[in-house]
Amino acid sequence: MAIKEKSGIKKYLRLNKFPHIWCGGCGNGIVLRGILQGIDDLGLEQNKIVMISGIGCSSRMPGYVDFNTLHTAHGRAIAFATGVKLAKPDLHVIIITGDGDCAAIGGNHLIHAARRNIDLTVVILNNSIYGMTSGQYSPLTPYGSFATTAPYGNIEQSFDLCELVSSAGATYIARSTTYHAMQIPKLIAAGIENSGFSFIEIILHCHTYYGRKNKIGGPVEMMEWQKSHAVPISKKGSNIDMTGKFYIGELKKTRSPEYCKTYDELISATQRRKES
Amino acid sequence: MKKEYKLLQGNEACVEGALMAGVSFFGGYPITPSTEIAESLASRLPLTGGKFIQMEDEIGSIAAVLGASLTGAKAMTATSGPGFSLMQELIGFACITEIPCVIVNVQRLGPSTGGPTSPAQGDMLQARWGTHGDHNLIALCPTSIEETFYHTIKCFNLAEEYMVPVILLMDEVIGHMRERIKIPDQKELMIINRQQPSMPPEEYLPYRADERGVAVLANFGKGYRYHVTGLIHDETGFPTNDPKETSKLIRRINYKIENAKDKLLDFQKDNTEDAELIIFAYGSTARSALRSAHEAREQGMKVGTFIPKTIWPFPEKAIFELAEKVKTIMVCEMNLGQLVYEVERAVKGKARVELLSKASGELITPKDIMKKVVEVYN
Ligand SMILES: Cc1ncc(C[n+]2csc(CCOP(=O)(O)OP(=O)(O)O)c2C)c(N)n1
Repeated sequence: MAIKEKSGIKKYLRLNKFPHIWCGGCGNGIVLRGILQGIDDLGLEQNKIVMISGIGCSSRMPGYVDFNTLHTAHGRAIAFATGVKLAKPDLHVIIITGDGDCAAIGGNHLIHAARRNIDLTVVILNNSIYGMTSGQYSPLTPYGSFATTAPYGNIEQSFDLCELVSSAGATYIARSTTYHAMQIPKLIAAGIENSGFSFIEIILHCHTYYGRKNKIGGPVEMMEWQKSHAVPISKKGSNIDMTGKFYIGELKKTRSPEYCKTYDELISATQRRKES
Repeated sequence: MKKEYKLLQGNEACVEGALMAGVSFFGGYPITPSTEIAESLASRLPLTGGKFIQMEDEIGSIAAVLGASLTGAKAMTATSGPGFSLMQELIGFACITEIPCVIVNVQRLGPSTGGPTSPAQGDMLQARWGTHGDHNLIALCPTSIEETFYHTIKCFNLAEEYMVPVILLMDEVIGHMRERIKIPDQKELMIINRQQPSMPPEEYLPYRADERGVAVLANFGKGYRYHVTGLIHDETGFPTNDPKETSKLIRRINYKIENAKDKLLDFQKDNTEDAELIIFAYGSTARSALRSAHEAREQGMKVGTFIPKTIWPFPEKAIFELAEKVKTIMVCEMNLGQLVYEVERAVKGKARVELLSKASGELITPKDIMKKVVEVYN
């Protein structure tokens, strides 16, 4: 991605760490750009941003950005982030995770962070496959799709992570795709601004593994699929046939007490009680 | 100065020690026989402005502890065998990224759910070798309630000084037994806080170790923006595949502990000068050992004791020196034999090594030890 000299996001990149490890044509870079644009739009102080990831292709993102960055273990990013945020609530904590990292091995941490409504912003890069380990199926691989560990087609059902975190208690939920790149910064900024658990799912292509295994083609064909299957949430209620399709945009915006703030109130209350 | 005396359980003494050391974050998941530590910190931490969180499992607990530690918090967790096993992957992460933390393991009988309320010393080797890959860490083992208090403070000090996870290996007896202890004034104690960089951020390299081989990690949010990864990294903190850098890192995180051994080792030797037989015992078992050694002396047998307080690194030199002088070293442990292998390795054939083991969920009594002493003395 060619970044103009004047672009506000260049200052957030560790340019000496490029070229990145991602395949040519990978969607991760598009998401990275959207995230940095969202951060820049908010004008957050760089020193106060912590970016935390698990393990996977997508989880290598923090290495390329000039924040406080923490590349943890597979599935554990949200649990590390919980410790960072609770210990230092003035830090903005952003989590980068993949569909395997977040929905399989890290699923339990996802549920409980959402339930606590702790002020974290989780960006899940959902490419429907395990990229880093070369193409095994994930909990978000569609039924019938092919993967190296589903050579006869996937016989497991996938599920809607946005609905999961919604029922668990997340207060901001959004979805977009790499085709809708221009929408990503706005969703990221709104997620960071929400005082509570924010969850942003970006559907993106992994042409190297998912695309090839399923004979869908390259990045262009896969992004065209995104375009034709994404339905803006504003159209909900109209009689569009949603079979195989998904909504994009802001899916949920609500308010409930944020965990760290509640904890700080508890500290004040116990200390007042101690004094009196 | 008026001293404060308290009748405390081991788990409570651990909490008092942690608070003295400046603990400001606890993340944990309830498990017998460690639960009192979590319960007590849940009520005590808010009073000092600290944070307590009950995580969804022990993997989450250690992860939250490491995250909190990176912001500069003195962070700890407490668990028992099953939870300790769940933490192992991230204990390795803490070793390679050099994030300090304190992990308390109040040991119960295992494997698996085993005997939740029964004492055991079955995790002595798991503490050292439970995580994968070449790594090194520190583990202490208290024999009394007072020692639990001081060892907990020491765990925090060592974690901060060597930027390493430090494990406090208690057992159910020590965790639940009550003894009167003297709580010192905090001013009398040495409290160590981790180093912080002093150079300008553009010159800062988080993993350019100091002369002891220890990394200097800036607290997150303080203007030093750097990268922490469990991948092999060079002194910049970023991943590398260079075999030279790989070997340098793996060796450094091991030798920073190995090279500090003389400073780290703590053990208690009693009546070893003229001894023919040494009882090697640790944790609650050491209490029975001291009593038996005393009785044996009264019966005219030249028996001494060696009680390691630092388990890892292991005090092999001190044991070798003893082995050169005595006939027999008798290892007593509440397992089928774990540290006995370390003792055999340290003794290098210079003395006979005998094992008294018990894995019935009961503690080793002075009577058990006396019986064995009489059996193996000659
Ligand atoms: C405990 C553990 N189990 C397995 C792995 C191997 N592993 C590394 S990345 C990965 C899957 C990554 O897939 P995803 O989270 O979807 O991210 P992507 O690479 O597609 O961005 C797996 C299984 C690991 N690193 N750690």
